[in-house]
Amino acid sequence: MSWLRLLRRKRSDAELQEEIEVFLTEETADNVARGMSPEEARRQAKVKLGNPQKVRESLWAQNSPLPLTNIGHDLKYALRTLSRTSGFSIITFAVMALCIGAATSLFTIERSVLLRPLPFQDPGRLVMVYEHHRGAGASTPDFTYNPVAAADFYDWRSMTRGFEDMAIMRYAGYNLTGERGDLPEAVRAAAGSWNLFQLLGVQPALGRAFTESEDRPGNSVVMLTWSVFQRRFVGDEKIVGRQIHLDGKPFTVVGVLPSWFTYPDVGIQLWVPYKADATPELLQHHDWHQSQVVARLRPDVSLASALAQVGAVQYQLHLQSPHDPVNEDVAPRSLNEDLAGNVKKPLKLMLCAVGCMLLIGCLNVSNLLVARGAARQREIAIRSALGAQRATLIREQLTESVLICAAGGLGGIGMSVLATQFIAHAWRDLPTAQSIHLDGAVIGFACVLMFAAALVAGLLPALSTTGKTMLKGLQTSARTGASSVSRTALRKSLLTVEIAITVVLLVAAGLLLKSFMRLRSADVGCVTENILTLKYSLPEKKYDTPEKVNIFNEALLERVRSIPGVRSAALGNTLPAAGYWGDFAFTVKEHPPLKAGEDLPEGLMRWADPGYFSALGIPLVNGRFFTNDERVARSYKVIVSNQLVRQYFLGDDPIGKHLHVPAHAPAGAPSDLDYEIVGVVGDTLYQVGREPKATMYFPIFEGFAGGGNMLAVHTASEPLQLSVTVQKQIASLDPGLPVSDVRTLNQVIGESLVNASLSATLVLAFAILSLLLASVGLYGVLSYLTTQRTPELGIRIALGAQRDQVLQLMLVDGLRPALIGLGLGLVLSLAATRIFQSLLFGTKPLDPVVLTGVIATLLAVAVLASLVPAWRASRLDPMRALRSE
Amino acid sequence: MRKERQPQNEIVKGTLDMMILRTLVGGDAHGHTVAKVIEHTSEDLLEVEQGSLYPALHRLEDRKWVSSYWGASENNRKAKFYRLTAEGRKQLVRETSRWCKMTRAIGLVMGEQGGQ
Repeated sequence: MSWLRLLRRKRSDAELQEEIEVFLTEETADNVARGMSPEEARRQAKVKLGNPQKVRESLWAQNSPLPLTNIGHDLKYALRTLSRTSGFSIITFAVMALCIGAATSLFTIERSVLLRPLPFQDPGRLVMVYEHHRGAGASTPDFTYNPVAAADFYDWRSMTRGFEDMAIMRYAGYNLTGERGDLPEAVRAAAGSWNLFQLLGVQPALGRAFTESEDRPGNSVVMLTWSVFQRRFVGDEKIVGRQIHLDGKPFTVVGVLPSWFTYPDVGIQLWVPYKADATPELLQHHDWHQSQVVARLRPDVSLASALAQVGAVQYQLHLQSPHDPVNEDVAPRSLNEDLAGNVKKPLKLMLCAVGCMLLIGCLNVSNLLVARGAARQREIAIRSALGAQRATLIREQLTESVLICAAGGLGGIGMSVLATQFIAHAWRDLPTAQSIHLDGAVIGFACVLMFAAALVAGLLPALSTTGKTMLKGLQTSARTGASSVSRTALRKSLLTVEIAITVVLLVAAGLLLKSFMRLRSADVGCVTENILTLKYSLPEKKYDTPEKVNIFNEALLERVRSIPGVRSAALGNTLPAAGYWGDFAFTVKEHPPLKAGEDLPEGLMRWADPGYFSALGIPLVNGRFFTNDERVARSYKVIVSNQLVRQYFLGDDPIGKHLHVPAHAPAGAPSDLDYEIVGVVGDTLYQVGREPKATMYFPIFEGFAGGGNMLAVHTASEPLQLSVTVQKQIASLDPGLPVSDVRTLNQVIGESLVNASLSATLVLAFAILSLLLASVGLYGVLSYLTTQRTPELGIRIALGAQRDQVLQLMLVDGLRPALIGLGLGLVLSLAATRIFQSLLFGTKPLDPVVLTGVIATLLAVAVLASLVPAWRASRLDPMRALRSE
Repeated sequence: MRKERQPQNEIVKGTLDMMILRTLVGGDAHGHTVAKVIEHTSEDLLEVEQGSLYPALHRLEDRKWVSSYWGASENNRKAKFYRLTAEGRKQLVRETSRWCKMTRAIGLVMGEQGGQ
């Protein structure tokens, strides 16, 4: 009803005017009939009517819903005031847009990565179950999320009742070769138990999922993911039921997964049954820790009791084989957290950083509004003298900050669309990166942020300007400047908080940056310049004996080494800085048996050719490298790293001793093997940023084939120029063999540092922005102070104060909040940096270089920001200053 | 709806609405006639403030108690005429009975006071 009237009130007003006119005419006519003169009659009629404007106004008001019109008034008023000071408006708008945009972007990512449940059926009841190795102290730390051994899993599943079902999966890799001469391709795959898709509630888009009878060793069925189905098989539905070739073996396609299914990550192209490519022996090993287990909880069972059952089974297994690395407990983790494990902490850190920046932005806008409030003090006083209510005045000022924040929020949402895309692409190992987008919840978040910011920024200044009694405001003249003292104090305390938060951000950014530079310059332990790396994997079907594998590998090494421009070449299963790969537990044969409950020694497992160490520049510490005839049956030799010697030999001479490695049994060899240590080499890092780990190298010519090889080529010049030549050599040896991951070793290292670099860069960006905001704030407060004190300073100068005294006075005034803020910020950062200590590499939270840098930067910026207004104050012309009153 | 701040206004407005409705029982009328009839009938004791007459008429129209149309006045001028609707009649009955109760109640109170 009132809406209709609101829309019709112009017409209604026109009608009223007409009615009034009719009234006047009628009344005049009546008066004339009573015998008055026409003029008198008209005059009397008007007297009777009273003020027609008042009638119109009251009807107009009656037709306007009151709160709405008030908002309209406030908006109009705020818009006018804002447009009068366009510089102020643009600055505050930009500040809010930046802050809200950044916060929205990070929230978008956080929501997609951590908060939104995975698109599975009833995801609340899904949980990952890991093995949990309880640490015994500093030397053997707690290892909570240990991958699960297949044999453990099968015991869990058959012996516990707390979960509706449990499924197991692990990563795999295949060479996908075409039937009609398509290019060979190395694809990442996953092996999942037959019940996995059913447990997750995933229906195949085409065909069917695996059946229980298909999940056994040697079975050749495969499911395609949507991406490989579209890309490689051009979406041809007839592929279901046909065969494709993986590692040269035919696999029957039984189904295609839906397009939304990108679990556990987008890179997975194929799924095979869990047991398909595992040997029965591996499936019975309780120390083959390679898999992940996902379980669906029964609706009527609590997670704790379901886990307790599994934990009890696991503890029994642990007791049964005390000398194998069988863990004693299990640990749960949500699917989201499981995928986001690596990014969670940096993401939280960035959210905190962006939150700080937002707060600084709000404080800054607040500060600017307080300054404006001071300029409008008399206006406010006069208006309240004329009867304006305090609530109205506060509402008006809040409208201003709401307007600023709303405009900033809209700009921010626009910016965050771009920024989110950028971050999502720049940030490696961000899970579900493709599903990151703006949605209703995110926009809702931005709106809430907007109004919270408006409230924070607007309320304080509004309260401070309207709180005074009107008389005070009117009495105050610029000469006394008395009433501005409290407001200046308010601004200074706002500024102090701002600077304190900035200091925290600067310290965080400095530490992250330093840690990143440490990582960047970390010594991997081998040559990293001019190394070309590539990966290939010899399919078992074609290379079924160690001899065939060796022939290929030797021929390749020989050909590559003879390419002009190649200094040397190394062949291993993996390379330094390329990842953890895997470890073996071992015992030293010559040492006394381990005490009960003592952890088995373990070392990373590596395979290397005789030229591996010299080609990569890994120094020989003791003994010798492998020789060319240490192959197949005569290869029971091992080279260990310095760290292994330090950790497990405690001053013994390792050369000639034997390692007993039960899990490592080359094909055709007796399973109970001892490996003789022939050499000790320098340590290399398996991942930059991690401590070096004890490592065992076995001769690659013992016939190693599984999991693929990595070739490293040390070149004389730019390594990537030789990549095609090297790939051609591989193709000439086996045209059906795909090559993948062609990169330089520096690129491999760089990629593992991309995330550290991104978080350091982003937090630094936030910190610099905050510094900028704080300096703008400082400058603003001091300029304002100078203007306020102009007459006073004029008098001082007129009475003989020296220019440099005035300069000093103003500088000290400006620097005091900066110094207090600095001190406060340093104390705060002590607490804050403890929280993200685990993200730092080789950098202490109290790094003196960083702290000194932060203090110096902040002081320099503070002095610069204060210097300009202070200088202006000291140059005042006393005559003009006094006359300005 | 608009909230009135002064309570005494409320009463005046309430009776004005009622009197306007009562006036319109006699037939359709435009604003001036309504005011004149009220004044005449009350033997000029009541003077209708124009400032409240027109807003009141519009309010009654909003509430669908009267309808309006443009017609020719007695002097053959274009004027806005108001007509009592069926809903308005019901409202008038309600208002009248409320008013009677009220005046009786007030009368009782005042009569007791006067008797002492």
